[in-house]
Amino acid sequence: MKTAEEIFEILKNELGEIILSIDKDTPTEPIISVEPLKIHIVSKFLRDNSELQFDSLMCLSGVDDANGKKVKDNEGYDVIEGGTLSVYYHLYSTVLKHKITLKVSAPREDAKVESVENVWKCADWHEREAYDMIGIKFLNHPDLRRILMPYDWEENSHPLRKDFKVPEFYQGMKIPY
Amino acid sequence: MGLLDKEFSDGNIVVANVEDLLNWARLSSVWQLGFGLACCAIEMMATSASHYDFDRFGLIPRNTPRQADAIIISGTVTLKMAIRIKRLYEQIPDPKYIISMGSCANSGGPYWEHGYHVLKGVDRIIPVDVYVPGCPPRPEALLEGLLKLQEKIRNESLRKKL
Amino acid sequence: MALKTETMVLNMGPQHPSTHGVLRLELEIEGELIVNVKPHLGYLHRCFEKHAEAMQYNQVIPYTDRMDYLASMGNNFGYVLAVEKLLGIQVPERVEYIRVIMAELQRIASHCVALGTNGADIGALTPFLYLFRDREYILSIIEETCGARMLYNYMWVGGLSHDIHPNFVRRTKEFTSYFKNTIVELDNLLTYNKIFIERTANIGVLPAETAINYGATGPMLRGSGIKFDLRKDDTYSIYNRFDFDIPVGQGLQGTVGDSWDRYYVRVREMEQSLRIIEQAIDQIPEGDVHSAIPKRIKPPKGTVYSRVENPRGELGYFIISDGNTNPFRVKVRAPSFVNLEILGELCKGHLIADVIAILGSIDIVLGEVDR
Repeated sequence: MKTAEEIFEILKNELGEIILSIDKDTPTEPIISVEPLKIHIVSKFLRDNSELQFDSLMCLSGVDDANGKKVKDNEGYDVIEGGTLSVYYHLYSTVLKHKITLKVSAPREDAKVESVENVWKCADWHEREAYDMIGIKFLNHPDLRRILMPYDWEENSHPLRKDFKVPEFYQGMKIPY
Repeated sequence: MGLLDKEFSDGNIVVANVEDLLNWARLSSVWQLGFGLACCAIEMMATSASHYDFDRFGLIPRNTPRQADAIIISGTVTLKMAIRIKRLYEQIPDPKYIISMGSCANSGGPYWEHGYHVLKGVDRIIPVDVYVPGCPPRPEALLEGLLKLQEKIRNESLRKKL
Repeated sequence: MALKTETMVLNMGPQHPSTHGVLRLELEIEGELIVNVKPHLGYLHRCFEKHAEAMQYNQVIPYTDRMDYLASMGNNFGYVLAVEKLLGIQVPERVEYIRVIMAELQRIASHCVALGTNGADIGALTPFLYLFRDREYILSIIEETCGARMLYNYMWVGGLSHDIHPNFVRRTKEFTSYFKNTIVELDNLLTYNKIFIERTANIGVLPAETAINYGATGPMLRGSGIKFDLRKDDTYSIYNRFDFDIPVGQGLQGTVGDSWDRYYVRVREMEQSLRIIEQAIDQIPEGDVHSAIPKRIKPPKGTVYSRVENPRGELGYFIISDGNTNPFRVKVRAPSFVNLEILGELCKGHLIADVIAILGSIDIVLGEVDR
């Protein structure tokens, strides 16, 4: 069993610049930030290293950080420009019983993160969900389609973005109350 | 209701109004489409199981819409599901009845405000005969709704339906 | 000369009596054999996460009820634990005990539905009626205390909505002694029923390694022979004070990790839940269940990931707080969502009729899969 700081040290020594920083200020668990296009390398290392053995991905969550600037679009609605979208990975080792949280951030306009589907199979649907809800594109994902929303839902409309605007109609059905 | 008030002496022949007879037959064998949507479906299952047992009202779940007379819309209707519900409704032969069970099917329920993927009431796509309130309605409430539906069928007129 | 064959696509659901709700499966079949299964979700996507962002922390609790509607207490439990962790609240002992008892009662009720529908799907309708009878017993006990049959909104951040009803302890004790006989009855009716074993043993075998890689949890994982239960392995609340075992699949009727093993694990888990309830019910201390409820919930900036063992597996809440009265983001790691992902792998090479048996043994709740 290792603490987050020790794991961070191991990662920093082995992988160097891919690992960006560790945020210890959070009230519960520290978060290690990683380069978004190198996350699959980190994941593979975390899973296969005999000292770490993170064999299970507990949760993968896409988050709209909403840290850009708020501007009005031509119809008068608030939209967010700039800033980042993030993905949080919560890992657990069923053998060594330790946990770690990873975080990657990608620019909002063109959010691309490497897929970890080939490391942990359960990332498949989680990533599809993050794509569907937040609009993060996972590179090298085998089947990146919408999962919860209908397949013919408006392109580039992702409901969990903070500036999501509910459409008036879907297939002739009125959506707002 | 006068269905059996005229009777010949040997008891083998009953004289009745054709309208009453048809309505009585219909209301005593409302076959519902066995179809659950959300939380209310569990209460519907509980109603069909040992404690409440809605079979005694002639309500038998059928698995295909072609053999069904009624649907109980038991739960939240999402946009993705609404299209399918409409198609199921169209596949049921006439006469057909709809019981909207629970707040979500009635009006969107707790999801009325922020539910971007929830249809705010199933009556936006198909006509509803009986609304059963509750989130979820108790089995007793569903039975009450069923009795209301039977009452409605009892008072139907043949001419109006045609 | 070799015959040229083509696969056929068969649609199953979203309106189907055995998909446990509104799941749609696209089966690619060759004759009667499954080549591939593609699940399509989202027919019950009720926007939980959007609602959580728009509501205050305590207003989210009723929505958590409606995710896994067979185990609402478990959902409440997970959510309030996460928020309490964020706030740093210690709840009174009495609250802890009542929460554990409620969660375990709910686990039994949930397994009753899971086992009943699993049997009903493959033709055994009688156990379904028996199990629903016993579920009604539990619901009436819980209803007496919190006033609702299914969706309780019972556990609040820092406490409970009501104290237990004066009859609660007596009736729960009556129930535990009654239910032990029911499990024996269930074993005779279904567990060791020859036909049921024929339908489920050696069907949908899930090897342990695949289960971990797919993130399977709960009875799915334990059915594959891995002794992993969050109540013991990552203990929360006061579960470390109770003495209970973790049943695992042993391949008694076939291979370790088949559908029968998953079923069997659930039956034995009900026994262990009874054990926990029996230990806890005598120890409930006196106290006020409202004393630790904060007037205003405004957690500090930060994130928390907290998980509990729900009847279906690991239920995780990932909450990001930006220091406001509303959560910034709530992500739910729903056990059914993750467990359902394995379906394709499990069904390959089996017959169409086995898909139902496998799906029943996974025990999904669509409200939780789609949220």
